[in-house]
Amino acid sequence: MDYLVEAFRAAFDLIVALDADLVEIVGLSLRVSLSAVLIAAAIGLPLGAAVALFDFPGRSAVIVTLNALMGLPPVVVGLIVYLFLSRAGPLGVLGLLFTPTAMIVAQVILVLPIVAALARQAIEDLWAEYREQLVSLGAGPLRAIPTLLWDARATLVTALLAGFGRASAEVGAVMIVGGNIDHVTRVMTTTIALETSKGDLALALGLGIVLLLLTFAINGAAEGVRRFARARMA
Amino acid sequence: MRKFLAVAVAAVLASAAVAGPALAEDKFITVASTTSTKNSGLLDVLLPKFQDETGIEVRVVAVGTGKALQQARDGDADVLLVHAKAREEAFVAEGWGVERFDVMYNDFVVVGPADDPAGVGGMTDATAALSKIAEAEAPFASRGDDSGTHTKERNLWKAAGVDVASASGTWYRETGSGMGATLNTGIGMGAYVLSDRATWISFANKGDFQVLVEGDPQLFNQYGVILVNPDRHPHVKAELGQTFIDWLIGAEGQRLIADYTLNGQQLFFPNAKKGQS
Repeated sequence: MDYLVEAFRAAFDLIVALDADLVEIVGLSLRVSLSAVLIAAAIGLPLGAAVALFDFPGRSAVIVTLNALMGLPPVVVGLIVYLFLSRAGPLGVLGLLFTPTAMIVAQVILVLPIVAALARQAIEDLWAEYREQLVSLGAGPLRAIPTLLWDARATLVTALLAGFGRASAEVGAVMIVGGNIDHVTRVMTTTIALETSKGDLALALGLGIVLLLLTFAINGAAEGVRRFARARMA
Repeated sequence: MRKFLAVAVAAVLASAAVAGPALAEDKFITVASTTSTKNSGLLDVLLPKFQDETGIEVRVVAVGTGKALQQARDGDADVLLVHAKAREEAFVAEGWGVERFDVMYNDFVVVGPADDPAGVGGMTDATAALSKIAEAEAPFASRGDDSGTHTKERNLWKAAGVDVASASGTWYRETGSGMGATLNTGIGMGAYVLSDRATWISFANKGDFQVLVEGDPQLFNQYGVILVNPDRHPHVKAELGQTFIDWLIGAEGQRLIADYTLNGQQLFFPNAKKGQS
């Protein structure tokens, strides 16, 4: 029980003092995870829509693969990215290991299947509903993609939030490819793991509370945007 | 939708631009080191001083010694600062490192619960103490992660003639994680743990655990520093790395190591040989 009280005090102190290290760590967490979600969205939304609308050989296999990859273990993704970016690996010359870029790459791989798979399902459902209407207006599947993505935006925002949740909450991948280097690749989750390993459980839990608050703030903001968009439509 | 895509692409480019400058910084070295040097807070004192004097940023990746050696062998570090002398010497002998220098030492201790079920409190013979723990089949939490501490522990069990592999999962429990995580686990289940003294002193979640066995020369814990061989990995920042090593084993680095205390206790004892560089 003492831990909880101490944890809330630690979280409160960190926020009130606007601790410089905390601001830096939170900033890097947001930069890495939001970049990963944006890149995953730029690739995953059109990809999901394309899989939903076009018939091609092996389509079922692609759908099963996308769905299955939603369960990729972060530590495995971290390990694979590590092996590729290591100086001994095929992309070693880039010197990207232990940089924020490496962390973004790993998180894109984690988030992309979630965004693509959920977008695929949402677009497929909409397409079933509006197909005749859109086709009668002369819109083939390709021309229908932007319309369908726009109409499914509420669901897609939820898909992006799920992706962001995945990215901001994982520790396995960023720990391995980032190395948890102070002031360079240290993010919220790796800091929590570090403080736990130092036995400073109250501070670790306090940081966990800060991370939760941040997640709430982002989801609240997304809900606000969604309401605003809906109100404008009505 | 097109607008959305345009915004998304712009945002991605912007984030890449933000990530860019961080990569352009060139005056830094990567040091593969162990959790004990990092978690004890020693590096937080040493590295800023070094950076002030030389302008070289030191990026530390703190992992177990086994992982650190592998990382250096793969060329993902410029300098190695670890504590498993025999393996470090093998690393240099195989040509992966240039030369190994002694930096400092501390010692290992066996910590355990206050009620001490195996009755090892106050013993100064580590091998005998471990034999006693094995006889009592009292829980013992091992790092189990191929780290320097784990290497030392395995050697002690071997000396005690105890086959821990067959006991793994019963009273002998391998956590497969770092020193702090293993201490958390050991304290959670009342198991004895072999820890380096620095991590133990700085550890914040001790519960009712105490140091029970200490003072055995076998528990000596020597740290060494090695420059990764640029002949094997041409991208290694040999000059900057050597500057760091010279500083660490020189007068300034050694003095700072000796001066570093936590809770009034000195954590590391500098013992670089004079004129060894």
